[in-house]
Amino acid sequence: MTGEKIIFLIIAGVTLFSGFMVVTSSNLVHAALWLVAALFGVAMVFALLNAGFIAVVQVVVYIGAIAILFIFAIMLTRREQLDHGVQVNKNWWVGALVAVASFAGLVFLLQSFNGFSKTALAIPSGFDAVNQLGDALTSPAGYVLPFEVASVLLLAALVGAVYLAFNKK
Amino acid sequence: MIPLSWYLILAAALFSIGLYGVLARRNAVAILLGVELMLNAVNINLVAFWRYGDVAQMAGQVFAIIVFAVAAAEVAVGLALVISVYRRRNTVIAEELDILKW
Repeated sequence: MTGEKIIFLIIAGVTLFSGFMVVTSSNLVHAALWLVAALFGVAMVFALLNAGFIAVVQVVVYIGAIAILFIFAIMLTRREQLDHGVQVNKNWWVGALVAVASFAGLVFLLQSFNGFSKTALAIPSGFDAVNQLGDALTSPAGYVLPFEVASVLLLAALVGAVYLAFNKK
Repeated sequence: MIPLSWYLILAAALFSIGLYGVLARRNAVAILLGVELMLNAVNINLVAFWRYGDVAQMAGQVFAIIVFAVAAAEVAVGLALVISVYRRRNTVIAEELDILKW
């Protein structure tokens, strides 16, 4: 058991526990704060995978923007009585069954995948992942088209969100 | 070194937790919280496959960036819909939004 494995297990435990609290806590503000903890755990997983840029983007975009948006939406639609009583619908056990079955099915499928217990090669010295990512996102031989489509999608989402949430009265 | 399987099982577990949240929660905002967990699980898989494959191929990280953009768009439109529904119907409970069901 190396130090890296122990760090991974601690991060994974914190992430999964926070994720479990997101779906089970009855107070939605608490659920949103647990989501921040889960997202931070995922950012640390990215850092463990040597994807530093993705980890930073995770903190800035997910925790800085999306989680804050959730907290605003919860405060705008909150009713005190919503925090008490049953938070799950009457078919929640079907949902739990489907979730457990999907986890078991995924693990079963992954075991037949031949790279399942592969370990990573060392990153070649002088390899700059951020530089390579920037090249891949902007070169015509790379992913410039999906990148532009994503920006159009964000513009459409911006216009759509303003239109939907605009108070016409 | 950590084997790839650990990351894949972590992602599968996080995805299943999010799936339970989407299927079982009554509050529409809580359903969107579950969707966020599922998208994060997908991102763990994408970045793990980038690291354990050929690191010179940036497809895994590029797809993760695209997933970030799609998640941001999804949350902005989803929460705008929830706020709009709350204004008209005064509820965010998904079961009570049954006006299309006759």
